[in-house]
Amino acid sequence: MSKSDPNAPKRLAIIASKGTLDWAYPPLILASAGAAMGWDVSIFHTFYGLTLLLKDIKAEVTPLGNPAMPMTMPFGPEAFQKIDWPIPTAMMSTPGFNAMATGMMKKLFHDKGVASVPEMRAMCVEAGVNMIACQMTMSVFGFQKEDFIPECTVGGAGMFLDYAADAEVQLFV
Amino acid sequence: MTTLQEDKLLDCSGMLCPVPVIKTSKAIKEMQVGQVLKMISTDAGAPPDMVAWARQTGNELLDSHQEGKQYIFYFRKLK
Repeated sequence: MSKSDPNAPKRLAIIASKGTLDWAYPPLILASAGAAMGWDVSIFHTFYGLTLLLKDIKAEVTPLGNPAMPMTMPFGPEAFQKIDWPIPTAMMSTPGFNAMATGMMKKLFHDKGVASVPEMRAMCVEAGVNMIACQMTMSVFGFQKEDFIPECTVGGAGMFLDYAADAEVQLFV
Repeated sequence: MTTLQEDKLLDCSGMLCPVPVIKTSKAIKEMQVGQVLKMISTDAGAPPDMVAWARQTGNELLDSHQEGKQYIFYFRKLK
């Protein structure tokens, strides 16, 4: 049931505000899990979360300014893979470092059996998750509806709050 | 305990959260009410997730147990 209708399915309202590879996962995982439990789910993509709606997701990750990110190698013996390498901050700002860190995280996730971000998004869309693009951020960053997957809808804060007010679970990511 | 006989087998070995939940949900949608789904997972997070999934979707978790690295679940579709 939603808050106001006992016959309606439970509702999950998520705000996705980040567009890096690591932060792309939580909203998509929670949304697809909610949909699999028979819930009515919407993700409001705002600010950098908007880029998760691009037809070709280019999400990257960096340990720069992110000291909690383990810098481990996704290959070699198990003991080697557990080493958290102390990478100097200056090295993190060299050209190509983001691409390397991104490639390593993708490989690690793939090897451990985690679905890729495009796969997770496809699962959300297939399960009927309502993917909403924030019109204000689109206008600010110059995105057009055509830049995004055709399944997304466009809306604003009022539209999302109207939906979220009737949701049992509301999350900001 | 009588041995459970499944109508459908779903192997989610090697897949992590939330894929076993999604695949179980998809598989049971294609089944008839009363039929039994057997799901195999190697995800250590699957036991609490699948109990929650059954409770939220109103399907019955008939049995769950561990065999080595595998977690085995039997669900009966109730609606």
